[in-house]
Amino acid sequence: MNALISTALSGVVMMFAGLFIQKKQHIKYFAIAALLVSFVANLLEISTVQAGSHTLYNMIEVSRFSILFNAVILGATLLYFMLSGSEFEKVGEHVADYFALIFFILSGIMLASSFSNLLMLFLAIEIISIPQYILAGSDKKNLKSNEASLKYFLMGSFSTGILLMGITLIYGAAGTFNVNELGLGSGDAHPLSISGIMLLIFALSFKVSAVPFHFWTPDVYDGSPTVFTSFMATVVKAGGFIAFLRLFHVSFTGGALSGHWLLVLALIAAGTLVLGNLTAVFQQSVKRMLAYSSIAQAGFMLLAVIALNETATQGIVLYAAAYSVATIGMFAVLMKVKDYTFEGFNGLARKQPLLALSATVFLFSLAGIPLTAGFFAKYFVLAAAVQQGQLLWLVILAVVCAAVSIYYYFRVIMAMYFKAGEPEVEPFSPAFKAVLVVAVIIVIALGIYPGLLLHFIA
Amino acid sequence: MLGLISSLASLAVVAGALIQFQTAPEALQLSVPWIPQLGARFQVGLDGMGAMLCLLTAIAFLLVFITIYNRNYERPGSFYGLMLLSQAGLVGVFTAYDAMLFYVFWELALIPVYFLCSMWGGEKRIPVTFKFFIYTFTGSLLMLVGIIYLYLQSPDKSFSYASFTNLNLPAQEQSWLFWLLFVAFAIKMPIFPFHTWQPDTYEQSPTPVTMILSGVMVKMGLFGIIRWLLPVLPQGAYMWSDVAIVLSVIGIIYASCIAIVQTDIKRLIAYSSIAHIGLMSAAIFAHNDQSLQGLQVQMFNHGINIIGLWIVVEIIQQRLNIKNMEEMGGIATYAPRLAIFLVIIALANIALPLTNGFIGEFLMFSGLFQYNVWVMAVAGLGVILAAVYTLNMLQKVIFGQSNTLTSTVTDLQNTELVALSLIVVVILFLGFYPKPMLELVNSTSQLLLANIVK
Repeated sequence: MNALISTALSGVVMMFAGLFIQKKQHIKYFAIAALLVSFVANLLEISTVQAGSHTLYNMIEVSRFSILFNAVILGATLLYFMLSGSEFEKVGEHVADYFALIFFILSGIMLASSFSNLLMLFLAIEIISIPQYILAGSDKKNLKSNEASLKYFLMGSFSTGILLMGITLIYGAAGTFNVNELGLGSGDAHPLSISGIMLLIFALSFKVSAVPFHFWTPDVYDGSPTVFTSFMATVVKAGGFIAFLRLFHVSFTGGALSGHWLLVLALIAAGTLVLGNLTAVFQQSVKRMLAYSSIAQAGFMLLAVIALNETATQGIVLYAAAYSVATIGMFAVLMKVKDYTFEGFNGLARKQPLLALSATVFLFSLAGIPLTAGFFAKYFVLAAAVQQGQLLWLVILAVVCAAVSIYYYFRVIMAMYFKAGEPEVEPFSPAFKAVLVVAVIIVIALGIYPGLLLHFIA
Repeated sequence: MLGLISSLASLAVVAGALIQFQTAPEALQLSVPWIPQLGARFQVGLDGMGAMLCLLTAIAFLLVFITIYNRNYERPGSFYGLMLLSQAGLVGVFTAYDAMLFYVFWELALIPVYFLCSMWGGEKRIPVTFKFFIYTFTGSLLMLVGIIYLYLQSPDKSFSYASFTNLNLPAQEQSWLFWLLFVAFAIKMPIFPFHTWQPDTYEQSPTPVTMILSGVMVKMGLFGIIRWLLPVLPQGAYMWSDVAIVLSVIGIIYASCIAIVQTDIKRLIAYSSIAHIGLMSAAIFAHNDQSLQGLQVQMFNHGINIIGLWIVVEIIQQRLNIKNMEEMGGIATYAPRLAIFLVIIALANIALPLTNGFIGEFLMFSGLFQYNVWVMAVAGLGVILAAVYTLNMLQKVIFGQSNTLTSTVTDLQNTELVALSLIVVVILFLGFYPKPMLELVNSTSQLLLANIVK
């Protein structure tokens, strides 16, 4: 609750901050301070939920899990502001507005992690989406950015319509919007509820760019300013997944119901894994590769949604943290390299050993190599899926895809370390270096001892 | 220099641990919670086989560092750092008693090697080591799925060795779980048909790394089968032992035949290694005391011998910069000491009596004989073929006509002399008196057989 209020307020304050703060740099510091306030406010609330959770007018339910997830999201965003905050100034004039939009997205995610009413879900998804349409088009004079924005807007509003339709059908079947009282799992599945659930699956799949609803992703990620792509591909995506997981975990399990959507979701996950990984293999630009890799990683997170057990909830928190930190870090490195093709990374290890080493750790984490956070993230979602029992084929497929992903992640590493070249690198400050090292430490610390994060849930 | 000191220190630690192992083996166990949410513990310990392999690791790295003492590598800090990191991974693999920990160390040993090969290797190093990495990583991931499944079956939700070995899964589950684990180990060893990464990688890697790969790292696969596969899935292993043995024996004959026609000395040794490993993996699945003991002794001895061969190759390559045996010849005239060492090591590689290779191969063959006469007969062909290609190599490299290039070769330097003498001492000592080694590994094979019979 605290986090929701403080991020929303910060957003409003940031909009006006542009009027009063003259130096652009100071806007960034102001935003970081506001985010820190939200982070602390979020953690303060944990004392109120020691015994279970508390609900607010049947609309919002705050639990330990949602607070932990919010902390991960806010922490990742903090890292993002510190690493890439100065890039905002290069996008355009209205720096304060960009920060404000990001704060609004954050408040949407805070809502998505704690909704207990389908209307709140709809609001959350909309609050997350609308600022993104603007951010995608923020590079106004660039046609590609315009295209990204328009494409995203058209497709996004279409999927919002589908989401609303799904909610309506479910309301028709259950007679209530309250997710705890839907009770669809008991007794036979009503055709209305089944079709409602299908529509919800499609709409949410669009938001997390799962195959076959992923077509917008590469174009939008490629066309948007890189600094915003970094945010959209990580924190926002994790926010989409928490909505997904919460909805299915609370509302649609049990009885005859799970059987109806399980296979559909499993097929979506399988398609996402296969297509995301295979397409990423053929990319020539690291930025596009990361866009497809984000689709592939979404496939892994879908495993957690399908598995729906204790391990899965732990897994999704860990995955969100591991994936966000690594991808934000990787994008931060990418933005310092002028040429986004794989060749642009040739010889980076000699010229900028620190950049190359951090990028290697981030890529290791994305690939799921032990001793990085990504390994345990993958481990948890795989274990959750094995535990679920019926989907061993999907697990094997996921494992094979993880092996494929080595190919494109290691291409960057090979370019940096084993090939000779003169990469052009933009200058960066010692503070940037320090934050990058912090991110590397987080990735490795979670890889050696994931309990750091997980003991908050258990 | 630092690398040398650290490897000496680790040898001292292993030696200390060995003495402790003789007197009070319980003191070498350590178990602390690692990830309580999973039930994974940081659990390490030593048994006879683990102690033997830790000793091998320590000796191998010492030998490597002595041999390359006078070499100058680009970025020596990274080179030695990565080497020692892989040593840490290897020791971790050999001591882990928790499946999760085992998996993490298993990968930790692989990653430094990938960088070592790709940064300091030969011309085609990048695609070749990449293939190696993808191969082994795929295997590891399949193993991970197997481990997860076993973990979920364990009643106390733990990765510990004890709970894994007490699972007693139904035969049908063991049957498919066997393949998940076996493929990972088979790729690492490697046995036919999972071996295609190996000759290329050995050829392209810098020779010090090849020594570690072939001397120690391939033992990870054998070790994995003995430590994890046989006790955890005894029925699965029994069901598929015929298939595994046939694959291994095919590997022996196939690799030996290819080794005969090789002209590149590095590839020849690589194929010879596949053949030897094939015999060892066949011996594992023969399921009897003799073959298991012979196999473990041979794990150590094969490591020592093949490192000796690589040291000679490294010396020749460093002096003459050639790998093609057709261009060599007559080295004995100009470098007699090098030639003598090569002959002794080569004879040990053929497992001549009074060298260390003999006792292990003898025990393995007698074990295979009890399993099936025909298997033993076909595998025995491998020994004859080994003699063919090894002697052929000797003839081409050190005897025969010298040419303008080989007449420039100089004899051993001091550090090289130390390394090769150490190897020959071990070869002859264990050739005359293999008892200490047999006693060291005896407990492991006894325990293992007791477990399987149960």
